[in-house]
Amino acid sequence: MSQAPPAQRACPAEMSRASRASMRDALHAEWTKARTLPGNGWLHLAAIALTVAVSAAVAAAVRCPSGHCAEDPAKISLTGIYLGQAVIAIVAVLGVSTEHSTGMIRVTLAAMPRRATVLAAKAAVLTCPVLASGAVAVLGSVLAGRLILPGHGIGPGHGYPDLSLTSGPVLRAASGSVLYLTLIALLSLGIAAAVRDGAAAIGIVLGLLYLFPILGQVAGTGTWHRHLDQLAPMTAGLAIQATTGLHSLPISPWAGLGVLAGWTAAALLAGVILLGLRDA
Amino acid sequence: MTAMLTRPGDAVRADRDSFRRLLHAEWTKFRTVRGWVIGTIAGGLLIIAVNLIPGGQCGGMQANGQPSLGGPGCALTLGPAGQAVTDSFYFVHQPMGPAGSITVRVTSLTGSYPPGNSPGQPAASALQPWSKAGIIIKASTRPGSAYAAMMVTGSHGVRMQWDYTQDTPGLGGAVSQTTPRWLRLTRAGDTVTGYDSADGARWARIGVATLPRLPATVQAGLFAASPGSSSVTSQSATGSSGSGASAQATAAFDRVDLRRMPPGSRWRGTSIGAVPNPGNQSPGGGYRQSGGTLTVTGSGDIAPSLPGGDGGTAGSVAGTEVGTFAGLIAVLVVATMFITAEFRRGLIRVTLTASPRRSRVLAAKAIVLGAVTFLVGLPAAYIALLTGERKEQAGGISMYPVPVLTELRLIVGTAALLAVAAVLALGIGAAIRRGAAAVTAVIAVIVLPYFFAGPLAVLPAGAAEWLLRLTPAAGFSIQQAYPRYFQLGFSYTPGNGYFPLAPWAGFAVLCLWAALALGLAGYLLRRRDA
Repeated sequence: MSQAPPAQRACPAEMSRASRASMRDALHAEWTKARTLPGNGWLHLAAIALTVAVSAAVAAAVRCPSGHCAEDPAKISLTGIYLGQAVIAIVAVLGVSTEHSTGMIRVTLAAMPRRATVLAAKAAVLTCPVLASGAVAVLGSVLAGRLILPGHGIGPGHGYPDLSLTSGPVLRAASGSVLYLTLIALLSLGIAAAVRDGAAAIGIVLGLLYLFPILGQVAGTGTWHRHLDQLAPMTAGLAIQATTGLHSLPISPWAGLGVLAGWTAAALLAGVILLGLRDA
Repeated sequence: MTAMLTRPGDAVRADRDSFRRLLHAEWTKFRTVRGWVIGTIAGGLLIIAVNLIPGGQCGGMQANGQPSLGGPGCALTLGPAGQAVTDSFYFVHQPMGPAGSITVRVTSLTGSYPPGNSPGQPAASALQPWSKAGIIIKASTRPGSAYAAMMVTGSHGVRMQWDYTQDTPGLGGAVSQTTPRWLRLTRAGDTVTGYDSADGARWARIGVATLPRLPATVQAGLFAASPGSSSVTSQSATGSSGSGASAQATAAFDRVDLRRMPPGSRWRGTSIGAVPNPGNQSPGGGYRQSGGTLTVTGSGDIAPSLPGGDGGTAGSVAGTEVGTFAGLIAVLVVATMFITAEFRRGLIRVTLTASPRRSRVLAAKAIVLGAVTFLVGLPAAYIALLTGERKEQAGGISMYPVPVLTELRLIVGTAALLAVAAVLALGIGAAIRRGAAAVTAVIAVIVLPYFFAGPLAVLPAGAAEWLLRLTPAAGFSIQQAYPRYFQLGFSYTPGNGYFPLAPWAGFAVLCLWAALALGLAGYLLRRRDA
């Protein structure tokens, strides 16, 4: 695909400079597109608002009058991630699918023929804002939990660990949730690049996330249920939020996030391959 | 045109004709987009394919690696009406002829944990709300045979119960030495009448049970039973983990008065429906006679039996349709694209030029979409039921029987659920116009409430129930297969297949949402430029 003149091909140093320049250009172009896409900022705001709102609502609804419940304060205050990830997935999917639906992708690929570079640039440009809005959403959720939960019998006064980011497990749950959102965004990006159509891509992403736990009910309480929990991107990935009862988890927190990272890598790979193989 | 307008009959006919053409146009659009046809058929196949996930095995392993003793639904005891029942208790009995009566005074009912099987909780907690003891007239000692009983219970006062599903309250309050309860059952042919009294002088009739084809000689006597204690300790996305312990109830009876028993008969003690349980040395119960007092101890229950309860769907007919969630997502994507693709490609301008009455376009789309998804969903739901049943039976698990009408509602309801949800997606798609956002919105209102209330189970029961009453997810109510029984302590949760609304009421909520979305879409379609 590369149209490099023979002189450049002779000099590897110059070539790598050129490719670095093309990556920088790609990043700049993708950033401009992401920045100016109408609605993107709103979607990030919606993701933050929904995450914090659902977390606060669940924290407000949970009751533990006896003070001896098997509740995990960190997990409860981060419940909003379950909904927030859907909005983050829209952001990621739209970043690819709008280009396909408007035909912009043809311009993009004409300007930057290295398709893997384009996708890498898109991934990078997606990651930074998602990290930022994910961090805001998680901090807001933890703060809401910290303010609301002690009033409902789940707080330091009832023998629960303090919901503070200075404690190791809570910090792991919070930072892990931000990473989780980022991985979900990249997973959605990969699937959108593979499927191209926005509606179909988001359907696949949300199906992949929410269906496993629902279908796990068929498997009963047998070993298959446990395997489903270990394999499903959401249940495995969100093991990172657990701060109590770690020994009863189907998969350990970081290993769970690793499973999600595997799904993400597979989706991105499928995206790169299909983007490279197909006509735009 | 003017000529036609002068004759109203012609105008109506032309109108009808144009709508038929509109339907035809929409059907042509649907059928010629390969992705939509594939997506719809894939939705149907997904409903079936979920049943390929291996299920539990009778007597299989629990999540913690221990073999589950007995297992859910390994072998079902069937009651007189063919429904699954639990029938295990300690029975102290004598034969009774076609007419007769039995009267007793109950002076205490206490609970205990069998020795060596204590869950580490105080013994005072052993008396369960539905621990029961009293008098019973039963067709035979075979588990599942017809019966009528008057009983005192742990915390539901005096009850008359018969044939497992029938339950009528009598005197309230707990039984004790100072507040004894007198119970009486009289038999006349197929009819058994129950009475209770606080003093043995003034009697109140509680209920009349008709037990069809009751044999001439039945067994009458005293019984005691107690369901195990169960406390769900935690619920999470990984399912619920509970701890249960078998409990037993002990009741003291005196002033036992039997009328018209065959002469020469004596008390015999039988443990009905005792499950051979190698894991513990739980005694099947027993009785002691001293003076005029009979003390009977027993565990088990005389009640309907329901599938699930351990977080799984083993043996549940409704559980075979859980693939609906997977199929639904595929159908929702297609339904949304059916309208958003027109906006994206600009085809909507052509459509609206050809048929300027915009609401009719929407109506035609809704009819085509609803019909197609219903017709795909119907065979899919039927085949899912068959494959699901076969899978369970391959694992040695018996299906909990349901009436034919319930099976029919399950199949037709699942197809209708897909169709109405597709129309809802169409409405939301027409209002939002962006495919990805619309699909997310639809999934968020239909699938997510179920997810939050069911498998995730972070919400307290009250909040979760409101979520399933008010959101379109209420539509899944139509897949409920088994009734609720007041007299059975059971976790009636979405995970076990129970919804807060009745099947058709929940479906009506979904229909209402679909109508609202379609109305809003029609309004916006008229107001906005295409």
